[in-house]
Amino acid sequence: MEERAEETRPLIRTSGLTKVYNSGDLAVHALRGVDFEARAGEFVVMLGPSGSGKSTFLNIVGGLDRATSGETIFAGRDIATMSDRELTLYRRDHVGFVFQFYNLAPSLTARENVALVTEIAHDPMRPEEALEIVGLGPRMNHFPAQLSGGEQQRVAIARAIAKRPEVLLCDEPTGALDSRTGILVLEALAQVNRDFGATTLVITHNVAIGDIADRVVTFGDGRIVADRRNAVRKQPQEVSW
Amino acid sequence: MSPMRRKLLRDLLRLWPQALAIALVMAAGVATFVLAVGAHASLEQTRSAYYERQRFADVFARVVRAPDSLGPEIAAIPGVAAVETRIAALALLDLPDMIEPASAMMLSLPDHGEALLNVPVLRQGRAPTPGSDREAMVSEPFAAAHGYGLGSTFEAILDGRKRELAIVGIALSPEFVYTVGPGDLMPDDRRFGIVWMSRRALAGAFDLRGAFSEVSVRLRRGASEPAVIDRLDALLEPFGGEGAYGRDDQASHAFLDAELMQLRAMSRILPPIFLLVSALLVNMTLARLVTLEREQIGLLKALGYSGFAIGSHYVEFAGLIALVGVAIGALAGTWLGIGLTTLYGDFFRFPFLLFQKDPQTYLAAAAVTLVAAGVGAARAAAQVAALAPAVAMVPPAPARYKTGLFDRAVALAQLSTTAVMAARSLVRRPLRTAGAVVGAALSVAILVGSLWTFGSVEFMIDVTFNRAERQDATVTFVRERPVAAAREIGRLPGVIAFEPYRAIPVKLRNGTRERRVAIMGVVEGAELSRVLDERLAPIDPPENGLAVSAALARALDLRRGEMVEVELLGGRRHTQVMPVSEVIEGYLGLTANMRLEAANALMGEGALVSGAHILLDPAHDEAFFAAVKDIPAARFVALQRVALQKFRDTLASNIIIMISVYVALAVIIAFGVIYNFARISLSEQGRELASLRVLGFTPAETSGILFVEIGVVTALAQPLGWALGYGFAAMLAQGFESELYRVPLIVGPEVYAWASLVAIGATLVSALVVRRRIDRLDLIAVLKTRE
Ligand SMILES: Nc1ncnc2c1ncn2[C@@H]1O[C@H](COP(=O)(O)OP(=O)(O)OP(=O)(O)O)[C@@H](O)[C@H]1O
Ligand SMILES: [Mg+2]
Repeated sequence: MEERAEETRPLIRTSGLTKVYNSGDLAVHALRGVDFEARAGEFVVMLGPSGSGKSTFLNIVGGLDRATSGETIFAGRDIATMSDRELTLYRRDHVGFVFQFYNLAPSLTARENVALVTEIAHDPMRPEEALEIVGLGPRMNHFPAQLSGGEQQRVAIARAIAKRPEVLLCDEPTGALDSRTGILVLEALAQVNRDFGATTLVITHNVAIGDIADRVVTFGDGRIVADRRNAVRKQPQEVSW
Repeated sequence: MSPMRRKLLRDLLRLWPQALAIALVMAAGVATFVLAVGAHASLEQTRSAYYERQRFADVFARVVRAPDSLGPEIAAIPGVAAVETRIAALALLDLPDMIEPASAMMLSLPDHGEALLNVPVLRQGRAPTPGSDREAMVSEPFAAAHGYGLGSTFEAILDGRKRELAIVGIALSPEFVYTVGPGDLMPDDRRFGIVWMSRRALAGAFDLRGAFSEVSVRLRRGASEPAVIDRLDALLEPFGGEGAYGRDDQASHAFLDAELMQLRAMSRILPPIFLLVSALLVNMTLARLVTLEREQIGLLKALGYSGFAIGSHYVEFAGLIALVGVAIGALAGTWLGIGLTTLYGDFFRFPFLLFQKDPQTYLAAAAVTLVAAGVGAARAAAQVAALAPAVAMVPPAPARYKTGLFDRAVALAQLSTTAVMAARSLVRRPLRTAGAVVGAALSVAILVGSLWTFGSVEFMIDVTFNRAERQDATVTFVRERPVAAAREIGRLPGVIAFEPYRAIPVKLRNGTRERRVAIMGVVEGAELSRVLDERLAPIDPPENGLAVSAALARALDLRRGEMVEVELLGGRRHTQVMPVSEVIEGYLGLTANMRLEAANALMGEGALVSGAHILLDPAHDEAFFAAVKDIPAARFVALQRVALQKFRDTLASNIIIMISVYVALAVIIAFGVIYNFARISLSEQGRELASLRVLGFTPAETSGILFVEIGVVTALAQPLGWALGYGFAAMLAQGFESELYRVPLIVGPEVYAWASLVAIGATLVSALVVRRRIDRLDLIAVLKTRE
């Protein structure tokens, strides 16, 4: 571990990250000091019980939410100090998101959903290319309602990777899918990580999925309670749940 | 409170900006209704009460000189309830406080007992002492305009002799609720007033002892006015009767009628627009609410609530909004009504004029508004009632988009993907989009339909004063004079040019249609008072026959080349048939022209003139005014330029008031429609828009989608609004048209431009208000939930 750390410097580093929600008179400590590092190109799976702060963490790293304290360094810059506008540009240029509920625009075809991002990104691939990568080239003119859940999630992945992001953040991408379909989605993620070298953080409740990652980080009560490195990465087809 | 009620109130609170926007549109409808109907009722009821109390006559007739003994004969005409004869004559005044000549209608008051008809309301002081040739009672507005009080004095030229009169009383009269001086357009209380004096005194001054020059008649209920007029004319004819006429031809009454007609037109056009828009808005908003609450509806049904109970819940929702709208509208309408009534006080001189707060008006407004709300809610309620609980509990099937013609068009247009989103959202809900377009168009239409009048009045002024009546003043003689008298006027200081004219009071008849008008005999090659053809080019009146204004031709159902019966009312009474040789333009009154020589030939009294039009040297007009007051032959002097200035001033202050009211109404509609449209669209696409923000779209880019939708709706609304507005303008022009004046239907490009500017401004504001919501979208919440 020490050895490899010298090879690539961390792309993302958080230290002492806390998040407190003040809902009414009750303060909820969603994060209680998270120190985390991910190197460029790393594939990290995040596990942990419900309410342990995984999503909160991912949203802060993705520039969707602001931490209460602590720093989040991306490529040498603390995103906590960014203005709203800079955060928007950070998301636009560097981060790809994949969510449990796909969040596709129902009024746009698969190709158009991807094009939404490629029209505003710096150096994007063509929407068709991104859809080919996730194996949906033939379906690109279909609307979300005409696609299965897994296909929709793959469109979401195509949309996330089309901008060639440095970071790919996935919050329970297989949460709404059966295992066969889930595997297709994970394959797509693994392939993108391999081919484009995007640092990939994947939240899941499925411990088995941890086997396809370089590293498995476990959250508990707003902290990282375990951080283990896999000796070997399994192929997505090899895991089952 | 039942849970359903509580939900109702909570929904209303949550959706308050949308509900308020709808309520305001309803309020605008209620306000315009209350205003127009209330003002109409106020004017009409005040007028009829005033008439009743002061015994306003039904039939009037002027005569050169009729013996008093004719009175009882008139009273004996079947159908006549009361008769009053009096002396009435116009006189020039010489007022210490003004340079221009003023004139007055001199009216006699009976020396024995009270006036029987047209009884003046004494406001201050007392009636003149019988027989006093120095005491006078004057009309209140005239006194006010000059700051006269009891004891003030002024000079009047009665039949050529100047007399000093002292004011002993100040009064108002039902005959002069609206008082326009001879030859004037608008009331000018400085230059025209009513002066009452003792009958004996006036008889002496005008050489009418034992005689009268005007008679008023009150009819019995059910009596035939035309029959009485015929009998009266027959009695008066030998004494120089000028033809009796009813209230419709009585100037003050007719002007009030014209105003009442305008209010009626307004009450028929404006409120329905607002009701239509509010029904559209209620429909849009409830349709969205029902979609959002599908699952709740299913749950309620599963719990055993009937479709009717839930459906009526939504109707109640609309009903509550309507009640708020009615409340606001009733207050605003009353406030505006009081304002309008006060404004009326400047033109219409009633001893009392209160804005009528007739509960029935308010009830009617409330009823139609509730009906509009109900109509708007009906579709949503029906949908709710028809929804099967099992179907309702599962989320609605995702919207099915299919590739069709539209998508090919989109592909061809190479729109950006966000524009495609906007376009699809518009096309997917064609009814809502159409509703918003129609709503926004109506706001433009209201503006076009109101703002045009100002340009149109300007046009009317231009035609009337710059092309037709170009004189500065018109001097009218006490009675017809030889042409030499006009030349004498021409020699007065300050006169640059003059043109004599002859006015002949006649009745024109075509079959059963007849109108009283004065035929104007005018000189050939006139440069001051000119006759305009229908293309507004000056023409000479025809050598034979009459040139009649288009309005008169219409009133008599005459076309060029047809024959019209001309009954002479003054002098030698006889009837002659004459061709209509020319139809001419004219916006004010009913006019007929012929050549001066032809007019004189018609009368057969030699070469006489009634007066002269005059062009003044502005540097010397004061000298002219001073001189004309001393010309015994002059009865009154109309000052067209002064009148125009007065007209403009009045118009200018009214324009500002009217524009603010109409702009406010249109802004309410535009804002209400676009705000609701945008909020509904946002509610539908909120999730997608938040997702876009997550993907790195800036707030501006995200709102851009909504703005494109609003932009398309607004763009489509403009031409439709222009067309509808032109339609309103045409309806209003028709509604305003009376025989007193006609408003030319001219809608210039600047009207459309202003209308669109205002509507687009209101749209922008509502778009910006909605934008603030997009900026505050909760990005994380949409990631946690399934649609
Ligand atoms: N907007 C909010 N207001 C108040 N508390 C919140 C809010 N969002 C999250 N929390 C709380 O923060 C804690 C962490 O939530 P988070 O969503 O990060 O958990 P998670 O690990 O992603 O759980 P899950 O696996 O169920 O998605 C929870 O206790 C949650 O209740
Ligand atoms: Mg989570």
